[in-house]
Amino acid sequence: MSAKDGFAAAPPAKLGVEHVTKWFRTTRTSLHALDDVNLYVDGGEFVCLVGPSGCGKSTLLDIIAGLTLPDEGQVFADGVLVQGPGRHRLVMFQESALFPWLNVFGNITFGLRRVAGLGAAQRRRIADYHLHLVGLAKFKRAYVPELSGGMKQRAALARCLAPDPRVLLMDEPFASLDAMTREQLYFDLQRIWEERKKTIVLVTHNVREAVCLGDRVVLMSPSPGRICGEFAVNLQRPRDINTAEVAALAGRITNALRGM
Amino acid sequence: MRHVLITTAFFAALICLWKAGTVFGGSSPVLLPPPEAVAAYLSGALRDGSLAEASLVTLKRLVLGYAVGILIGLPLGLITSTSAIFQNTLGALALGLQTLPSVCWIPLALLWFGQTEAAMLFVVIMGTVGSVVIATSMGARSIPPIYARLARTMGSEGFDKWTWVILPASLPFLVTGMKQGWAFAWRSLMAAEIYVTILTGFGLGHLLHYGRELSAMDQVIGIMLVIVVIGLVTDKTLFAPWERFMHRRWGTGAVQ
Repeated sequence: MSAKDGFAAAPPAKLGVEHVTKWFRTTRTSLHALDDVNLYVDGGEFVCLVGPSGCGKSTLLDIIAGLTLPDEGQVFADGVLVQGPGRHRLVMFQESALFPWLNVFGNITFGLRRVAGLGAAQRRRIADYHLHLVGLAKFKRAYVPELSGGMKQRAALARCLAPDPRVLLMDEPFASLDAMTREQLYFDLQRIWEERKKTIVLVTHNVREAVCLGDRVVLMSPSPGRICGEFAVNLQRPRDINTAEVAALAGRITNALRGM
Repeated sequence: MRHVLITTAFFAALICLWKAGTVFGGSSPVLLPPPEAVAAYLSGALRDGSLAEASLVTLKRLVLGYAVGILIGLPLGLITSTSAIFQNTLGALALGLQTLPSVCWIPLALLWFGQTEAAMLFVVIMGTVGSVVIATSMGARSIPPIYARLARTMGSEGFDKWTWVILPASLPFLVTGMKQGWAFAWRSLMAAEIYVTILTGFGLGHLLHYGRELSAMDQVIGIMLVIVVIGLVTDKTLFAPWERFMHRRWGTGAVQ
């Protein structure tokens, strides 16, 4: 990373999802969640997964995170087989899931405390840097009920970025926010991504959001969940979700999704 | 301020009703003494120190038995919440204990420990543990699973996860469990003091018991009032504020 924050950033990871199949079985029913899914994500690439609900996109994200294990197939991160969750692939959820017994600062240092070899002063510096990065410097000591929905997601983003993971996995992180807050966060996320250059996989059912943020938009179809197409997004950054180019490409993608 | 006025008026009306009952009810003052007789007893007992002494003896027993009950109940409750196997074994046992009125432990306690402090403590502990286990395990089971998932990705597992995630996440429910346990400990101790006569300390329950033996109804009613007031005050000052604060910050449960 730049000299600005004075600590080195981990190189962004290459992700490989190979022939991943997943069933959810209960005594009564079985659900074929994912069927032979293959996906490669380059280091530093921003990939958006879109598809209707029930297409297994969140399950795929869980499998990449290592929170769920696939029935068949493997996931590799930097060539290493993923066998469980690890701090190099952190997840940001739809609900911020901030710990209410800690303030914003405490939430951000939670992950840092579990990184070996970081002293208290270093932790404080890294946390402060990320607080500034997401624009929450004034709310360092605030507790969860004092934050708005957008601020909660900013804090959650800072918490995920602080331990310097190679991959950031985002599971519909903006779905529960109002439109104005969301659009501000699109700009902020693009700026932060430029600065921190993480590999990002973002799950959404909002096609415009995917076009606005992603280098590549990967389409998924349900029952069973499969990857059924992808679009490269070659628009200049930073992108504004309200431009005609974004809308045009989003329209084409929506048509493609409808055709399945 | 308005709340205070309404509450005061309500209890003043109750006392007036009571007074009217003694005047017009035609019952013997031995069976239903008028409010001023009870007040006279209470002020007398306050002045000669017997009330304070009995309250102190009782509270000492309560705090000791309660502390032991919590120390056993909270960990057991957390363990119970972790798996279906524990719920069907420990949880069922705790539910059974909670269903059993604590007076039912007294015959056993008397045979095992005799007329001793230990018998009294035993009854309080048995009365407390079950309800603490139930309240705690119910609470711990309602912790959002997303906290545990997040902790796992951040590299927090096992002991670290329990100490820094599960335990703080369940704090509001632990406080509810402790409050529940306090109420049950209080009930159990009163039962124990009425039935277990020992010479190592004369508690509120004993005063109640001997009030009956001596047909001193002013004493019986006076002590009952003291028991109610102690219960109310501990709930309002010790537990309610904590419970409210935590449920608000944790965003859990209903805020009274």
